[in-house]
Amino acid sequence: METIVIIGNGISGVTAARHIRKLSDKRIVIISAESEYFFSRTALMYVYMGHMKFEHTQPYENWFWKKNRIELVHGYVTTLDHKNKQLHLKEGEPLAYDKLIIATGSKPNRFGWPGQDLKGVQGMYSKQELEQLEKDAPDNEACHRAVIVGGGLIGIELAEMLRSRDIPVTFLVRESSFWNGVLPEGESQMINEHIREHHIDLRLSTNLVEILADENGKARAVVTDKGDTIECNLVGLTAGVTPNVDFLKGSGIELGRGVKVNRFLETNIPDIYGIGDCAEQHESIGNRRPIEAVWYTGRMMGETLAQTICGNKLEYKPGHWFNSAKFLDIEYQTYGWVFNDNARKEYEEHFHWRHPKEKICITISYHKENRLFLGINTFGIRMRHEIFDQWLSEERSVDHVMEYLKDANFDPEFYTQYEDAIVQSYNQQFGTTIQPRKKSWKRIFIKA
Amino acid sequence: MKTIKNIGLVIFLIGLGIFTALPLIGTFSLSQSDFDQLVMDNNLKSELFISAIEQDVVGKQFEGMQSLSPIVSNALDKANTRHRKNKEYKKVIYIKQYDMAAMIGKRAGSGFIAKNKGLMWFLTFGLGIFGALLYILPNVVLLGQKGIKNDGIYLENATNRGWIAWLVFVSLVTFYLVLYFRPQFAVNWTYLVDPISMELSGNAAGHWFVYGFMYCVVMTVMAVRMYIKYRHNVYQMVRTTSVLFFQIVFAFLIPEIMVRLQMPYYDFKNAFPLDYDFFFQWNLRSLINSGGIGLFILVWGTVLTLVIVPVMVYFFGKRWYCSWVCGCGGLAETLGDPYRQHSSKTLLSWKVERWLVHGVLVFAVGMTLMTLYSFFSETGTVLGIKTASVQNSYSLLIGSFFAGVIGTGFYPIFGNRVWCRFGCPLAAYLGFVQRFKSRFRITTNGGQCISCGNCSTYCEQGIDVRAYAQKGENIIRSSCVGCGICSAVCPRGVLKLENGPEKGRINPTQVLLGNDVDLMHLVNDK
Ligand SMILES: Cc1cc2nc3c(=O)[nH]c(=O)nc-3n(C[C@H](O)[C@H](O)[C@H](O)COP(=O)(O)OP(=O)(O)OC[C@H]3O[C@@H](n4cnc5c(N)ncnc54)[C@H](O)[C@@H]3O)c2cc1C
Ligand code: SF4
Repeated sequence: METIVIIGNGISGVTAARHIRKLSDKRIVIISAESEYFFSRTALMYVYMGHMKFEHTQPYENWFWKKNRIELVHGYVTTLDHKNKQLHLKEGEPLAYDKLIIATGSKPNRFGWPGQDLKGVQGMYSKQELEQLEKDAPDNEACHRAVIVGGGLIGIELAEMLRSRDIPVTFLVRESSFWNGVLPEGESQMINEHIREHHIDLRLSTNLVEILADENGKARAVVTDKGDTIECNLVGLTAGVTPNVDFLKGSGIELGRGVKVNRFLETNIPDIYGIGDCAEQHESIGNRRPIEAVWYTGRMMGETLAQTICGNKLEYKPGHWFNSAKFLDIEYQTYGWVFNDNARKEYEEHFHWRHPKEKICITISYHKENRLFLGINTFGIRMRHEIFDQWLSEERSVDHVMEYLKDANFDPEFYTQYEDAIVQSYNQQFGTTIQPRKKSWKRIFIKA
Repeated sequence: MKTIKNIGLVIFLIGLGIFTALPLIGTFSLSQSDFDQLVMDNNLKSELFISAIEQDVVGKQFEGMQSLSPIVSNALDKANTRHRKNKEYKKVIYIKQYDMAAMIGKRAGSGFIAKNKGLMWFLTFGLGIFGALLYILPNVVLLGQKGIKNDGIYLENATNRGWIAWLVFVSLVTFYLVLYFRPQFAVNWTYLVDPISMELSGNAAGHWFVYGFMYCVVMTVMAVRMYIKYRHNVYQMVRTTSVLFFQIVFAFLIPEIMVRLQMPYYDFKNAFPLDYDFFFQWNLRSLINSGGIGLFILVWGTVLTLVIVPVMVYFFGKRWYCSWVCGCGGLAETLGDPYRQHSSKTLLSWKVERWLVHGVLVFAVGMTLMTLYSFFSETGTVLGIKTASVQNSYSLLIGSFFAGVIGTGFYPIFGNRVWCRFGCPLAAYLGFVQRFKSRFRITTNGGQCISCGNCSTYCEQGIDVRAYAQKGENIIRSSCVGCGICSAVCPRGVLKLENGPEKGRINPTQVLLGNDVDLMHLVNDK
């Protein structure tokens, strides 16, 4: 029986394992150094915030693995010997494989800041880092202030976490406005406002220079490039992530920033594959980045690779881009491509609507010549994935999207709906006379 | 703000403390005339009992029901034993010992409590309500921006099965045990609400009136908490208003007013088989004997269960009943909301749930068939089994223990829907309709789920919502009461409760939306 070994029990590795099990009878082994069982990394924040216990982040009950004959090894892989098709673990016997899947995920970036390895300085990626945070910042007595470095999705989550325990937070963001490397200006501004509403000391266009230590080698303050010294007991480093592939250096596997893979998710060595956060495409697919450190990508790669491993060789062909996040209280969803003001293609134009009072807005991007709908960002309004996916596939115009926008609304029942206001504003801006159509179940469930 | 909260808590605890002390204090002395009246009202024929009470109770003073109650029980027990032995069946008293003690106690109350009902109401209910509101209202400010406010739930003793939760558990269980099995200790409580009861029905309050009144008060106060906590979520606001309305108007006011109008006591929204004694002989008789309104109730109750309930479930899912109308659901959604996360999500508990809840449904229906057979053929036994003993076991095991003591008492430890999930026969019935013939579903938003688990954690019915959401599959579960909290807590906008065409309602998927279209076709369209 063929043995498939998977390094990493994150979403990518586990999805691959589940699908391989569905398709075949192969022996499956998953190795992880981080946790005994698969948990949802995206939920770590809720454990600290007290919304859930760690066990709630585990999507499968513990018997699931045995029942599905997925062997779990709790250990760290130190080296890969592909000539003998063997893995060496920190402890225990080497492990032989027929096919190997590398799904080792990411680790937080550390850009060589002085003091970055002090006590009280940490990222927010792993279960261990969550536990560390619980130790170093249990409440605002033990932690008088935290400084977070890096204004991305994990940074704002860490800020929210600490605020849930009333710990004062200073948030250093390199960019001139929060996450404006991705978000268009209007949205990014709105999030700035919201961050400040939550009493987070947001410092834009500010870089970390150095972290200062106290006599015990623990972080006591940070120095910024604005010349400020900010006293603190905790420094969170959340300036992005890098593939977690150091242990593969010198193993013969081609590495860039991550494990280099082709469209079949194969590495340069036969029978070894790379998926998830740690995989780097030779060439980007469409508008996607070569490394996509998001949950959905890991899952889709797992789904695809399982086919290849089980004899149905399949290229990785992700569909239309989508993503979501939550900025404190504001939910964000995106379908298709909406670029920020710098990365915007020369043909890409935006329609932006923002609620006069509430923190609700949308941005729709379209092709300025043929008015092709390119994508949407929505804040504070939930939208239907299915509908936008369909409109993107059918290459609908932005006018069409406006006309049928009500079909796409996914907010809970009785919520105030803003489509009329949105379309009205659109009509005003473009001199059109679009009448929004009433929502139709038939259209919504047409594909079902 | 924090200080106001703390003051509120102290005031609430004082009110609760006095309320808790009431069963064991108070002065009771029964006058001869009151006792004569009681004998007459209840048509008591046992001279043994009458003389025993006249000798040992009448004209004497007792401190606390604990000193009075055993004397009454003893006297009744002795008298009945004697009458049975002498085959004087006409003289046997069929009132239960504790009910008799409660009846005598109610007439004998003579101390401070019975004489200062208004003041005592204020010191118990009044302080409780005022304190609780003081505790809850500052949240408008303290909770900050509107949005999901679950911070600290698993860090706090009271909501994380700490000692406070266990204390609440023990108190609730004790309260229900008193209510169902030792009503004589509730006598002092009834004084508090006598004036209200007099206003409504024209009668003095019994312990069930205390319970009904308290139910409404607790729901109202906790609904205020819901409004504040979910102020961004219109679905929750509307739903909370709806359960509150049905509890206060339909379950509490209308039946009391009907009694005043000499009509049968009836809660128009309480559907059989939750209302398990609807078809009991005594109820049928009393309805038939109440003229037009009785017949109307008989027809309404039957149509409600056989037509209205399933048709509404077809259009809206069982939520229209369980989390919009039902009283049990209403308490669970208000008082129980802080405990919703404790329902077990394991596969094992799902299995137990299906056996139990369907078992109770079979029990209820079987019992009712027996009852109807007995009623129409005028026999007391069916296939050699006594109908009355089946009814009594149901009333005791399901009606009192499961729905009451366990159903609410277990909130702080096992979640707020223990009864609805494991025991309610109506829920089981609605569940069948919802599962097999309904337009209701919780739609999963394509591939957006990040498996975080908030939805499952906060599902009061113990549904592992995430198991479906992370597969891109709609949630169609008979037990779903449509409270809408999964949708509210989902940080990625994945879940939406909606009623739509039946076609495509159930949509198992292997590969989620967002991946390769060919792959999705390959594995999803079989
Ligand atoms: C706080 C946080 C919030 C996030 N929120 C979102 C979100 O909302 N939406 C979204 O799309 N994405 C989110 N992400 C990103 C998302 O979690 C990741 O993209 C995803 O978890 C990557 O999955 P993976 O399977 O590739 O790797 P991982 O989940 O990182 O799993 C890799 C595993 O391999 C183990 N491992 C690594 N090397 C070895 C070795 N040598 N030996 C043994 N084991 C090893 C690691 O310890 C780890 O357990 C978030 C990430 C974080 C940290
Ligand atoms: S709460 Fe939402 S994102 Fe989290 S597991 Fe449930 S459906 Fe998925």
